[in-house]
Amino acid sequence: MKKRQKRLLLVAGGLAGLAMVTGLVLNAFRDNLVFFYTPSDIVAEIVPMERTFRIGGLVEDGSISRAEDGVTVHFRVTDTAVAVPVVYHGILPNLFREGQGVVAVGNLEEGGVFKASQVMARHDEEYMPPEAAEAIKRAQREGARTVGHPEGY
Amino acid sequence: MIAELGLFALILALLLAIAQGTLPLIGAARKDAALMAVGRSAAYGQLVFIGIAYAMLTYAFVTDDFSIAYVANNSNSLLPVQYKITAVWGGHEGSLLLWVLILGLWSAAVATFSRSLPREVLARVLGVMGLVAIGFIGFTLFTSSPFERLIPAAMEGRDLNPMLQDPGLIIHPPMLYMGYVGFSVAFAFAIAALIGGRLDAAWARWSRPWTAVAWAFLTVGIGLGSWWAYYVLGWGGWWFWDPVENASFMPWLMGTALLHSLAVTEKRGGFKNWTVMLAILTFSLVLLAAFLVRSGVLTSVHAFAVDPDRGLYLLAFMAVVVAGSLTLFAWRAGKVGLGGGFGLVSRESALLTNNVLLVVSAAAVLLGTLYPLLLDAFGLGKISVGPPYFEAVFLPLMLPLLLLLGFGPRLRWKQDSPTEQLWRLRWIFGASLVFGMIWPLFVGSWSFLAGIGAFLGLWIIGSSLKDLVDRLRLRRESRQTLGIRVRRLGRSYVGMQFAHIGVAVVVIGITFVLGYDDERDVRMAVGETVEVGGYGFRLDSLDQVQGPNFDAEQATVSVFLDGQLMTTLTPQMRNYFSQEQPMAHTSLHRGFFRDLYVNMGEELPGNAWVMRVYYKPFMNWVWAGAILMAVGGFLAASDRRYRVRVRREDEATDEDAKLAAKDAVKANDSGAEPNPAG
Repeated sequence: MKKRQKRLLLVAGGLAGLAMVTGLVLNAFRDNLVFFYTPSDIVAEIVPMERTFRIGGLVEDGSISRAEDGVTVHFRVTDTAVAVPVVYHGILPNLFREGQGVVAVGNLEEGGVFKASQVMARHDEEYMPPEAAEAIKRAQREGARTVGHPEGY
Repeated sequence: MIAELGLFALILALLLAIAQGTLPLIGAARKDAALMAVGRSAAYGQLVFIGIAYAMLTYAFVTDDFSIAYVANNSNSLLPVQYKITAVWGGHEGSLLLWVLILGLWSAAVATFSRSLPREVLARVLGVMGLVAIGFIGFTLFTSSPFERLIPAAMEGRDLNPMLQDPGLIIHPPMLYMGYVGFSVAFAFAIAALIGGRLDAAWARWSRPWTAVAWAFLTVGIGLGSWWAYYVLGWGGWWFWDPVENASFMPWLMGTALLHSLAVTEKRGGFKNWTVMLAILTFSLVLLAAFLVRSGVLTSVHAFAVDPDRGLYLLAFMAVVVAGSLTLFAWRAGKVGLGGGFGLVSRESALLTNNVLLVVSAAAVLLGTLYPLLLDAFGLGKISVGPPYFEAVFLPLMLPLLLLLGFGPRLRWKQDSPTEQLWRLRWIFGASLVFGMIWPLFVGSWSFLAGIGAFLGLWIIGSSLKDLVDRLRLRRESRQTLGIRVRRLGRSYVGMQFAHIGVAVVVIGITFVLGYDDERDVRMAVGETVEVGGYGFRLDSLDQVQGPNFDAEQATVSVFLDGQLMTTLTPQMRNYFSQEQPMAHTSLHRGFFRDLYVNMGEELPGNAWVMRVYYKPFMNWVWAGAILMAVGGFLAASDRRYRVRVRREDEATDEDAKLAAKDAVKANDSGAEPNPAG
């Protein structure tokens, strides 16, 4: 009887521990998922404030400006339909260029400025960040749809 | 000609792998000694032919044979010759050939060092390794041949990715592959045991040193990768929870669990099914790592050119291996048996807890790595899982594991008294708690988390050293000299303590570097000074310099501590002739208690640059700990008892062999672990 009780205790303890750990993992997972949005999503205001997410697109031509301190950079990310202002404090990747694909991680501030904590560009000559490609694809799909039903017809 | 010879050699190696993967298995089933003996010769032959293929490719690199597509894509006539040799594994095809070569080496090593194994067991192990080799050599030949010709030949190569032109990279992939592929030996032993239905302490004793060596290599490989990323990628990060890092970390976690589970199987005959399962899972995670990195589903520094055939082949190979071995497991595990029971507080239960925590950690990493990929693959949206998730999961999982690490090695098998152990370790526990909580004050401002990290590190080191001292003291009355007493500890035990102290050193390093690093991206004009982490950094000059295959802008930065010039750092922004983009080259001053890290960002008007100036306390502890762990692994694998049978056959009569025989007898005796309680 004693041995059986001990084994039961072991099994119950193990299961409780496992349940606890699973809960912990799933909870951490839910809280830390980083979703991806396109500039069009941000303009359409379907993006949650106060949550970290990723945006992707192209760096708009002529949009890069550097503040006095030399470290704060403003630029705009476009999906070819709309553009979103981004501010970043730090060193941009070597391949960060106007007209090139870019992905930024950060959150939306009051006034619709995306404050980036991390900026990623392509890291070799051929590759476009998949999120950047996705944002443009979606914007163009949307664009095609609007062209299909032009106003006034 | 060279390329065709290489290809031909590789085809011959595949044929030998087919022979090795079938005949010995058939021989073992039919008890046919001649067929079983094929395994060993086939393994040697395979190694020879892969070696020839590999030598051919290296020769093509050294002689700048740009008529071979792979060479043209990954080399350049201006590349220094040591990088031409290492450029062989700088891309997908060549690194796969290196992988296959290492698999051949492991097969041949098993054939050489396992002479004491029963014939059937050796035949089955080599047979399974042959099957694995068929998979990888076939993958190389059918989807990723490095010998493909480029017609017309290129005049000049496209050059090795500058990020890979670094000594760290010379050894990172070979070490990592030694680890990955090494786990195929543990896998082969597990499958052989399932086929043969024999899984006992002897089996664990054969399998354990191979697992320990593979694990040690993987530890070195991961450590080197982190060390390389730290100064080559140029933003001072050493672990990003990037899917590619996770891909190598999962087999490491699972392999660590396997190593500990094997201890129970060897010493107590317990956890048998579980051990076999872990061996299968570890190797499955190795295959998953190969798939993640080589299929193009990930985009990272490691992602090679995308070719859907490769991903499909690897996915199919992985499916066959996982489904096949799990089916075999389901069918045969009943034969293997479970092993003896144990008490609530015992060495077994401590190791079981270790296993559960490690496996759960691996599963959590798997979830965080695969979920975004799966979601994307099924078109359900794009999400990513960043470091915050992994940190949130790892902290609560590792805390109990590290706390337990101080007790575990001291617990007796089968049954122990928790109060007795607690009482015996009360001083160590108290002292490490006090000193751990005080230590952060000397590094920066106090934080509870840093205190906990330092406490756990000191606790593990303290209890390990106490255990060592207790064991050395135990035999004093037998009047043995200290030298003999140290030798009698056994390398297995000493290796374990090395590895555990290594864990502690890593924990202390991570705690302090995460808690107290000072990272500043600042504008620096010539003559300006910035203060980071208590050091003054002054930009003295900006100059143009020339390298063998690049020219560069170089900054000279003087570092001052309390007004005294300490060192001069010279980071560069390099323009490689063959590349479009410039690449920052970090300059580091490494130290025991801190690293100073300076890197050039962007040029600004007015003779100024945006610079990264970082202060990284205790950074080198992370890698020093990894080295200690690896040394521990190698030491444990070289323990006398793994060689004892060979010695006996050789009728060795020296002192060493007598000791060995005695120890072997003791190891077979169930309660034989020397115990400080006496």
